[in-house]
Amino acid sequence: MNIYENEWRSFKGDTWKEAIDVAKFIEENYEEYVGDDTFLVGPTEKTKKVWGICEDLLKQELEKGVLDIEVKRVSGINNFEPGYIDKDSEVIVGLQTDAPLKRIVNPYGGMRMVEQALNAYGYELDADIKKHFNTYRRTHNDGVFAAYPSDVRKARHAGLLTGLPDAYGRGRIIGDYRRVALYGIDYLIEKKKEDLIDLEKLNLTEYNIRLREEITLQIQALNDIKAMAATYGFDISKPATNAQEAIQWTYFGYLAAIKENNGAAMSLGRTSTFLDIYIERDLKEGTLSEETAQELIDQFIIKLRLARHLRTPEYNELFTGDPTWVTESIGGMLENGHSLVTKTSFRYLHTLINLSSAPEPNMTILWSPQLPENFKNYCAKISILTDSIQYENDEVMRPLHGSDYAIACCVSAMTVGKQMQFFGARCNLAKALLYAINGGYDEITGEKVVEGYEKIMDPILDFDKVTDVYDKMLGTIAKTYVDAMNTIHYMHDKYAYEAGQMALHDTDPEKLMAFGVAGFSVAVDSLSAIKFAKVKPIRNEEGLAIDFEIEGDYPKYGNDDDRVDLIGVDLIKAFYEKLNSHPLYKGARATLSILTITSNVVYGKKTGATPDGRPAGVAFAPGANPMHGRDESGAIASLNSVAKIPYANCCEDGISNTFSIVPDALGHEDEERIHNLVSIMDGYFTRGAQHLNVNVLNRETLMDAMENPDKYPTLTIRISGYAVRFNRLSKEQQLEVINRTFHGTI
Amino acid sequence: MKGYIDSIESMGLVDGPGIRMVVFLKGCKLRCLYCHNPETWDYVHAKVTTSEEIALRVKRNLSYYQHGGITFSGGEPLLQPEFLLDCLKRCKKIGVHTAIDTAGVGIGHYDEILEYTDLVILDIKAIEDADYYQITGSHMDEYSKFIEALKKRKNKVWLRQVIVPGFNDTEENILKLKEYIKQFPNVEKVELLPYHLLGVEKYKKLGISYPLEGVPAMDQEKIKKLTELLES
Repeated sequence: MNIYENEWRSFKGDTWKEAIDVAKFIEENYEEYVGDDTFLVGPTEKTKKVWGICEDLLKQELEKGVLDIEVKRVSGINNFEPGYIDKDSEVIVGLQTDAPLKRIVNPYGGMRMVEQALNAYGYELDADIKKHFNTYRRTHNDGVFAAYPSDVRKARHAGLLTGLPDAYGRGRIIGDYRRVALYGIDYLIEKKKEDLIDLEKLNLTEYNIRLREEITLQIQALNDIKAMAATYGFDISKPATNAQEAIQWTYFGYLAAIKENNGAAMSLGRTSTFLDIYIERDLKEGTLSEETAQELIDQFIIKLRLARHLRTPEYNELFTGDPTWVTESIGGMLENGHSLVTKTSFRYLHTLINLSSAPEPNMTILWSPQLPENFKNYCAKISILTDSIQYENDEVMRPLHGSDYAIACCVSAMTVGKQMQFFGARCNLAKALLYAINGGYDEITGEKVVEGYEKIMDPILDFDKVTDVYDKMLGTIAKTYVDAMNTIHYMHDKYAYEAGQMALHDTDPEKLMAFGVAGFSVAVDSLSAIKFAKVKPIRNEEGLAIDFEIEGDYPKYGNDDDRVDLIGVDLIKAFYEKLNSHPLYKGARATLSILTITSNVVYGKKTGATPDGRPAGVAFAPGANPMHGRDESGAIASLNSVAKIPYANCCEDGISNTFSIVPDALGHEDEERIHNLVSIMDGYFTRGAQHLNVNVLNRETLMDAMENPDKYPTLTIRISGYAVRFNRLSKEQQLEVINRTFHGTI
Repeated sequence: MKGYIDSIESMGLVDGPGIRMVVFLKGCKLRCLYCHNPETWDYVHAKVTTSEEIALRVKRNLSYYQHGGITFSGGEPLLQPEFLLDCLKRCKKIGVHTAIDTAGVGIGHYDEILEYTDLVILDIKAIEDADYYQITGSHMDEYSKFIEALKKRKNKVWLRQVIVPGFNDTEENILKLKEYIKQFPNVEKVELLPYHLLGVEKYKKLGISYPLEGVPAMDQEKIKKLTELLES
């Protein structure tokens, strides 16, 4: 079967032609590249021109907060006129609205959030839209709050559960945007129609009725994508015929997603090696050169860097720097021992040189010690130069997801087009521990948040007693958390269904429900303190422990000491089991992450003093990192503690660890630094760890950047799962980053 | 076997090739003017460890040390020869690369120690006894014994000298050094280390007066020039 003789010319294999199977297509057609980076070239004049305009616009945007907002239309795949930066110089086209960096209003998630955001920047929604939307249309947010039980409301209000996507898009769904390029829209619609007919054989249960409606919405969305592309002058009903079209078609798939949705993380997937197949074909046919190949990639990346969503100031406080998590996963291995590294893997990373370092797209290397040495060295080189890439362990993720998975957001793996997830922020484990001690009362507000518990009034906290109550408390909270998540995703599907993205999935894919925790290291160290030292609560008039006196020392997480590290392992396993014991919406399976992004600062602010000696209001460590300054046994010991947290069957949604080292400690010469960084990664991931953010920089640089931001306009650093321009962080967050452990400080 | 250490760095990246575990042994007979580890001079606050424990830690973190190894530093590692030797033997058995970071002032057993040492990082305090005495407060005899043993065994060496403004930052000294190092048969690297002020705080904490009070940190540009001269 070769229905697209011209489009699929010279491609090998047949099965991927008969049924949608991008992974198979890649396996049968890609060419592994094991050479070095010497083939790479600089940006073309066209690219320089386009990026020059963007840099000016980005500067204006930084000054104003947002550059512009479209208030006369609302989100949708084909709701906007085509937009350009500099039409003649753009080799890849397409913007979210009719102008670069002009943001979309998405009221489907919730009208209040939209109004707050517009207010903050001095805009107002078109009166007609506002009136009609409010009169005739319910939102996701309306739905959620109609159904939320009282314990969820209380937990949410107290900051026990935070960052729940109940007023905006849930995100973290990755459409397989490559399908648009490989198959064209018409083929995809045909397959969806077949699925619809197949479903007719089954009983029309509530599940299947909903699925049928969803497929119908997906088909409509595919037609919308085709129509949207047509406004830019492209007919994408058939597959792409060359590299330029392949990138353009893929981008149209992604563009549709960010026109339709404002999810927290709108990740790209795993496109570099797929696109390399088209680039190689064109290079062989003589229709492309290295310069024009890099030009296509550079310009694709420029487009990804311009993706924007409208957020409220409160949201920005949690997740600073306007992140969009256009995460692109690069590298990784096949089961046959070959890597999926191609020249285009290099070309993607090279954009950080051609277009200077930047936080987006969130370049993520799927690391294996088996990756080609040249590629490993190149990654390390780019890390040292730009602090813009992160690393995740292919050896722990591939066994669970196969070799065609991608990372959503920061650390969240899914098989592309075959798994989707219901994302849901995190539970504050440190606060939960205080609730166990304080009988469910909040240590800051004094309000009763969790019912059914008595205060522990012992003068010295007893480890067995505290862990027993804490365990029960986590069980109660798990139920509340699951209730919140089930409600959110039921309503999200009902009122803000991502038809465009789900159209680029298999029909009825596997569903993961991604829970999360914050304050992990604080909770673990607190339990260790209670166990190994004497912890005396200081109580206020209401009997609430608002501070703690600690007598004696205790082992601290981050020193490769099993006495405390295993407390952490037990804690996280127990919490996961509790979450997964509840029925989850649409038959999802629970996954769990230890990830905070920048929210560790806000979580800390909202949490009272803890038994580990952390004063009230002090920031938590990010993600699964040990608390700052407590990892006293050197970098490897610190990494080892984190590596003990189980990934499979527990934290499958990711375990984030951020590692900062000063350049002089990494080695005296460039080559030495590169090799040492590669060895760190090989060492860490061989121990079964999942994620590492790498920063190679001096504390002094950051302190100088805080004083003189203009001197460092592109200084980018990695923070718990994403990268951010340092000068976009709040002063508080900048200080928190500066206070973190920098390994190798003499 | 028991040994006295100050601390262990699990990820040392500048004390030998690759990622290394660096064991800082306690004790040193020299009192170098620029010493930035005065806390390792004596055995006060020493941590007791064993060679078995050291080997266990190397094994545990072997995935990191495959292209690196272990370095015994100090203090002066040669001052605990039995412990050092036992550690070296155990590490060779595990199959990791071994190095000692030393000023060459121990109490003998040099031949045996060098047999199990892949790399010697040797700190050359000075070339002439008068200068050596001024910097370290000791004479060169013990050091001379060590380098005789080293020359005989032909271990790979990295040679280092700390360059202090006003003491040895002259072209004359560098040219002498250049001549001096020719006697070592297996030199892999020669490094000039710029004197820095990072030790000052430690002296304050320990309540010891700082011998180089008022001497500025070594100028990086000048170090570059001297290094070029050395390598020319």
